[in-house]
Amino acid sequence: MSSTMNDHLERFSYDNIIVRNFIAATVIFGVIGMLVGLTIALQLVFPILNFADFATFGRLRPLHTNAVIFAFAGNGIFAGMYYSFQRLCKTRMYSDTLSKINFWGWQLIILSAVATLPLGITTSKEYAELEWPIDIAITLIWVVFGWNMFGTILKRREKHLYVAIWFYIATFVTVAVLHIVNSFEIPVSLFKSYSWYAGVQDALVQWWYGHNAVAFFLTTPFLGLMYYFVPKAANRPVYSYKLSIIHFWALIFIYIWAGPHHLLYTSLPDWAQSLGVVFSIMVLAPSWGGMLNGLLTLRGAWDKVREDPVLKFMVVAITAYGMVTFEGPMLSLKNVNAIAHFTDWVVAHVHMGGLGWNGFLLFGIFYYLIPKMYDTKLYSLKLANFHFWIGSMGILFYALPMYWAGFVQSAMWKEFTIDGVLAYPNFLETVTQLKYMYFLRAVGGLLYIIGTIVMAYNLIKTALAGKFIANEAAEAHALTQENSVHSGEHWHRWIERRPIQMLVFSLIVILIGGLVEMIPTFLVKSNIPTISSVKPYTPLELEGRDLYIREGCNNCHSQMVRPFRSEKVRYGEYSKAGEFVYDHPFLWGSKRTGPDLHRIGGKYPDSWHYNHMLDPELTSANSIMPAYAFLLENKLDISKTVNKISAMRTIGVPYPEGYEAMATNDLKKQADAIAANMLKDNIHVTSDKEIIALIAYLQRLGTDIKAKPDTLIQKEQ
Amino acid sequence: MSVIYILITISMLVAGSFLAAFFWAVKSGQYDDDQTPAIRILFEDKVKNENE
Repeated sequence: MSSTMNDHLERFSYDNIIVRNFIAATVIFGVIGMLVGLTIALQLVFPILNFADFATFGRLRPLHTNAVIFAFAGNGIFAGMYYSFQRLCKTRMYSDTLSKINFWGWQLIILSAVATLPLGITTSKEYAELEWPIDIAITLIWVVFGWNMFGTILKRREKHLYVAIWFYIATFVTVAVLHIVNSFEIPVSLFKSYSWYAGVQDALVQWWYGHNAVAFFLTTPFLGLMYYFVPKAANRPVYSYKLSIIHFWALIFIYIWAGPHHLLYTSLPDWAQSLGVVFSIMVLAPSWGGMLNGLLTLRGAWDKVREDPVLKFMVVAITAYGMVTFEGPMLSLKNVNAIAHFTDWVVAHVHMGGLGWNGFLLFGIFYYLIPKMYDTKLYSLKLANFHFWIGSMGILFYALPMYWAGFVQSAMWKEFTIDGVLAYPNFLETVTQLKYMYFLRAVGGLLYIIGTIVMAYNLIKTALAGKFIANEAAEAHALTQENSVHSGEHWHRWIERRPIQMLVFSLIVILIGGLVEMIPTFLVKSNIPTISSVKPYTPLELEGRDLYIREGCNNCHSQMVRPFRSEKVRYGEYSKAGEFVYDHPFLWGSKRTGPDLHRIGGKYPDSWHYNHMLDPELTSANSIMPAYAFLLENKLDISKTVNKISAMRTIGVPYPEGYEAMATNDLKKQADAIAANMLKDNIHVTSDKEIIALIAYLQRLGTDIKAKPDTLIQKEQ
Repeated sequence: MSVIYILITISMLVAGSFLAAFFWAVKSGQYDDDQTPAIRILFEDKVKNENE
């Protein structure tokens, strides 16, 4: 910047209040989210801890994932961004009001998640469980965040956009797109909606979202934070700025195509799976570019790492990032995935990333920021070191037993005796085998939480000892405008002078409009069944399916028999794409804590399911599944059945025109038949209970392809 | 599987906008200097207290 042109310094101040608030929210929700995690970890060891219908594993697991991803990591990202953004742009945030709306809006969204998920109000799509009104709120708050961010960029005093800012921009853009596309759903009531997509399509969209949520919510913003805070804490420039530029652009271009690696060996077409694998392998290069750039920043500063807890946390975080981004591509190889998928290996993998990379980076940043913003020294180095060691131990105690559990479980699932039969035909054997490892994992989680609480104490003590600088004074030269714009000119004039850009922009606008119109019809058409015997669910089965979603059964049970000998012997015929065309949403699951359920239909009598829900130990000794006795008592709510049928027809399920009039009657008839059937086994249950609907759904699962032509005709009558 | 065309289109749009941003960054001289930006962020703009 030439000093002759613009000599005077502008004075302004940085907003530290918003940063402090986000840090407080991160720590509070972090501890809560981790405690929920500890609870569900213990529930797998002591099923008695599923103490209420709102506190079963199936309902709490989404609460844990949402809390740690969006409340802990999310608030942490905002804290780090709001701090570094102002310094990098040499300006206060564009609008304090927008900052406040961003903060309070985000906390309200988190509270609404706490209020809805335990009640079973969920879409069932992983990390996108929140129902449609909350989805809209998320979109609005995200727009506020983006508005504030771009406003700040526009009024910046530093022309060059530091690499961290690029990571923030990519985060904003991509998360917005992912969230909107994956949340396409048709509302049935205020708290219930169905995914617009069905079966394979829904799975593909979901994991395109799910994978990129990891990429653009837990990776790119954290890399941005790494590029700002690691050099600042070490007080030396990043190892290679050039590498950071290359690694940024390569990372965002490659990451977005890797989603299908979550669906290997499923009913997703093979070519789409292979495409996902190729990109997943490629993403290793930019990931390690970033990891090495972060670590090498500390070259010649390792003596500082020995003393400074901030750097210690950061080093472990970056190392964990390196391990996870090596493991991820390896897990995406089909032969490795065949072993790891559906097991605890994946749980270990994500916690290496969550606890190590995300958690430790945030802790390091907070130990750096709080003393700085309170103009004092950290209250206790000793406690920070304690946190570092107990946290590291926690990660190890968490991850190692889970890796072990993953290998053990997979090996047991696949083992055949020399006579060619399954060595462990009873799935439960492969579950009870893991109990001790599940317990050790809970110990690891507890250690990690203790560390986090110690940090909270240390930070509070630090804050109390210092004096908070709410508005940090700063000064910088004004940004000189090179291509002078006539003052008062309308912004649109810019584009008018550029016909090519004009063309491109209009094309994009048209494309978006066209897409919005075409997508619905396009998708509905493609839901035409490819297997003629696959029929829509009956009203009772549909209600039962919604109970399956409400209870979060998909958190522990998959509905996807992979084409392996071991799975065909254990469960039955492998799952085919055409079987899921009416599944809004898909319920393939991602983890088998319990057995796969796609071929459960007709496997056991109705009474077996009744007893199993009453108390799983009645049918399966030592089962760790929670009891669902309340399903036997609760009356099935059929007030929305008609709306559900209409909604399903809108999104392409071929219920006959006017079927709504008969739906309730059909539902009652089928329910009566099931109740009568159970009476034969001496079970007295009225046909208006929830359990009846759930049994109807479970008995239907995976049976359509077994239907013979003559039974089909009977069914239609 | 038709949804894959939509996903590819949207992914291309996102990638395309990133590409446009990349070209803008290069053209506008964001990357002309790959030394000082790394060092510049280390300087704190601490203001000497005159009248706070």
